[in-house]
Amino acid sequence: MQMTDSREIAADRQTVWAALLSADVLKECVPGCQEMTGSPEDGFEATVTQKVGPVKATFKGAVSLSDIVEGESLTLSGEGKGGAAGFAKGGAKVTLEDLPEGGTKLSYEVDAKVGGKLAQLGSRIIDGVARKMADQFFERFQTTVEGPAEPEEASDEAPEGEQKKGWVKKVFGG
Amino acid sequence: MPKDHGIGASPKRREDIRFLTGAGNYTDDINIHGQAYVHFLRSDVAHGTINSIDASAAEAMEGVLKVFTAKDFEAVGGLPCGWQVTDRFGEAMQEPKHPILAEGKVRHVGDPIAAVVAETPEIARDAAEAIVVDIDELPAVVDMKAALAAGAPKVHDDLTSNLCYDWGFVEENKDAVDEAIKNAAHVTTLELTNNRLVANPMEPRVAIGDYSRGTDEHTLYTTSQNPHVIRLLMGAFVLGIPEHKLRVVAPDVGGGFGTKIFHYAEEAFVTFAAKVVNRPVKWTASRSEAFISDAHGRDHVTKIELALDADNNFVALRTDTHANMGAYLSTFAPSVPTWLHGTLMAGNYTTPLIYVNVKAVFTNTVPVDAYRGAGRPEATFQLERVVDKAARELGVDPAELRRQNFIKPEQFPYDTPVAVSYDTGNYHATLDTGLKMVDYANFEARAAESKARGKLRGIGLAHYIEACGIAPSNLVGQLGARAGLYESATVRVNATGSISVLTGSHSHGQGHETTFPQVIAEMIGIDESQVDIVHGDTSKTPMGMGTYGSRSIAVGGSAMFKAAEKVINKAKKIAAHLMEASEADIELADGQFSVAGTDKSVAWGDVCLAAYVPHNYPLEDLEPGLEETAFYDPSNFTYPSGAYFCEVEVDPDTGAIDILSFNAADDFGNVINPMIVEGQVHGGVAQGIGQAMLEHAAYDENGQLLSGSFMDYAMPRAADVPSFGVDHSCQTPCTHNPLGVKGCGEAGAIGSPPALVNAVIDALHRGGYPVEHIDMPLSPSRVWNAIQSVK
Repeated sequence: MQMTDSREIAADRQTVWAALLSADVLKECVPGCQEMTGSPEDGFEATVTQKVGPVKATFKGAVSLSDIVEGESLTLSGEGKGGAAGFAKGGAKVTLEDLPEGGTKLSYEVDAKVGGKLAQLGSRIIDGVARKMADQFFERFQTTVEGPAEPEEASDEAPEGEQKKGWVKKVFGG
Repeated sequence: MPKDHGIGASPKRREDIRFLTGAGNYTDDINIHGQAYVHFLRSDVAHGTINSIDASAAEAMEGVLKVFTAKDFEAVGGLPCGWQVTDRFGEAMQEPKHPILAEGKVRHVGDPIAAVVAETPEIARDAAEAIVVDIDELPAVVDMKAALAAGAPKVHDDLTSNLCYDWGFVEENKDAVDEAIKNAAHVTTLELTNNRLVANPMEPRVAIGDYSRGTDEHTLYTTSQNPHVIRLLMGAFVLGIPEHKLRVVAPDVGGGFGTKIFHYAEEAFVTFAAKVVNRPVKWTASRSEAFISDAHGRDHVTKIELALDADNNFVALRTDTHANMGAYLSTFAPSVPTWLHGTLMAGNYTTPLIYVNVKAVFTNTVPVDAYRGAGRPEATFQLERVVDKAARELGVDPAELRRQNFIKPEQFPYDTPVAVSYDTGNYHATLDTGLKMVDYANFEARAAESKARGKLRGIGLAHYIEACGIAPSNLVGQLGARAGLYESATVRVNATGSISVLTGSHSHGQGHETTFPQVIAEMIGIDESQVDIVHGDTSKTPMGMGTYGSRSIAVGGSAMFKAAEKVINKAKKIAAHLMEASEADIELADGQFSVAGTDKSVAWGDVCLAAYVPHNYPLEDLEPGLEETAFYDPSNFTYPSGAYFCEVEVDPDTGAIDILSFNAADDFGNVINPMIVEGQVHGGVAQGIGQAMLEHAAYDENGQLLSGSFMDYAMPRAADVPSFGVDHSCQTPCTHNPLGVKGCGEAGAIGSPPALVNAVIDALHRGGYPVEHIDMPLSPSRVWNAIQSVK
């Protein structure tokens, strides 16, 4: 299954780029992510729990970054093994461009592949699940990078807002 | 009046009492004291190199007895293939090794990599998850034509290509066929796919291995259609266990449909492992596991050309087929697209020139082998589809085009140009019966009525032939079979006259326990309740070849008949002695031996008692006891045939098909139990409708099985099939077996798919949508898309 889409993010390209390389951001944004450790250089180790139709499984796997063109584009590839549930593999080629009116356009091409019981039992719905996961990932990524949009929203979701602020601080040392 | 007992009567199936009340004894019902359980870790990629298997964590888990990998099977053979096909050029087919557990490479999703034997099934499953397998995934080949392209990834590195064989039949006819097609007045061409199927018997496969250190005896309990074949293949070729130390038991088996003929890795595994761990080892397949480990069926891609002269006579037929073998050769896989398929391409017709080319191809999919009909449905489907298309192109009635080209009743025995000789048949009679059953003459009025409601009504006909009663051993030996195909029976008369028939046939839904006693009861004139059938245990029955290919009554029944004849002949000698008469004057009727022309008689039971209590007995001429064995090897196949009619209504807005009626007029020769025969036809037609409308084993381009559960693999349900019309009054008895029977087990699955597809295509044409073909399954979306494509 393959798909392409793009988002406009209200942050400059360097901010978006830095967020893409952060284990904390990835953990925040990968739907169902329980754990994410590592670094852009050595790759990340991830634990993700997902349900595809009747199959619910915890996938342990590696996420690596490749084809890095500093500040412009990279490819995120992941492969997770879910034991008896089978495996899931996926990649996203992400490209960043400055928007004329400020902000950054993030474009992505995603492809995903499943095998074993996931394919056997869940193939009918896997395209929908993958699309939803990709949408969720970039939705959360956008929210995380942009930070809380409105003050009242921030107070509604105080812990999440705190976390987001915390990340921005950490990255920019502020 | 119908008979109430013996041959031709319809007593209810006696085995159903135990099946319907939960008193059956299936393999999974068997539990042996101290048994352990095995779970197979199976590949979830279709093709890959195994770099390493680390089972240390699994082996350290409490309750795990041992983790097996290919290393444990180094001294053991691979699973043998039971049929060698010789290709067009005189070379043997390419035959790769089929290991018990994957060696170095995995070749399909479901290929077993390792096996955990543990105290409980749950521990075995958990431990399998703890095994770390490092596999480098390789590109998979799924599409057959892509698999044959230059540079395609090879399923087996040690073979020259993915081509198993390139078979031509009849090779000497090739040029003449090409010439006839070139010069024909009309040629009809059709390209079609015979969809891939999963057999899905109600009972998944189960195997239990047991080993006795005291006697050095192995026992395998397994869900098999042919326990003696499994004993021979596994004992002689895989594990090296002599027959007298190996017992194979196939108790009640809940449906086979072909997929339980074959010798599987799990059977050899549990037998082997039981000795290694010195515990009985049990394996029960889950339904998910069955989808990726039971041999699949069909999967042919064919181009067929039918040439006709200016008078619409068939003059030549040429076919080009790619047949999927999957990743390994299952036990009888090579025979299905060749000798069980090419030899049937004459159908019911007098086509003088036929050439069949079949390329069998290895792919990274589950092995494909015989499935109800095995080769004959593939032959019938393409032939009956192309004949229908020819009738449409020529503007003639499809029934009349068939009738014109039928072999005529007076032409039997009829030698076809594809090596077989039909002994009897009357295709005109079955066609006429079918036409009456469906009220063909008034179809147009019904079609008009449907049209008024906005629906498209169509009628489809298929006339099939099949070769059953498999098979003459000397013939199949010449064709590459590595086994004989006789059958055996022992008729064991007990001291007070009841009888146990020990048969090499195996019943897994066919009703042998009911029909076989009907034959014995008829021959002797005793009540059927006095006769029991023993089957499915190599320690009890003589060496027999099992049940498949609609062979049980024709071959197994004939063996039983021959053994019963021997018993009766001996009993007549005893009766003659008891009545002090000449053996030549003894007659047997209604369970009484009498002396012709006198009122002297002695009952069956008294003769039997004399045989076992030989106080007054001709001991100098005759051995005591009354038990005889016969082996019967048929001199020819049997050739059931029939006319199948399907009437449908298609909704042009949705593509949905409603089957309005389905009628079958079969010629099965003599019929032992009409009710059971009708049940066999019902089941076969339901499976054929499943193939034609619903079922499809779909793989993605990476070799992942997408329809791997009953959520996505659609089995026919009661609401999908109509009430069937079944007739078997056209009977041309088989000339070469003593019962005159032909077999009925597969007919329904053979004749029904082309009848249904022909009906739908007819409906579309009548509705103004000139669609020439839709590949099965005819789902609403496929039908709707076909309609859109010609709008």
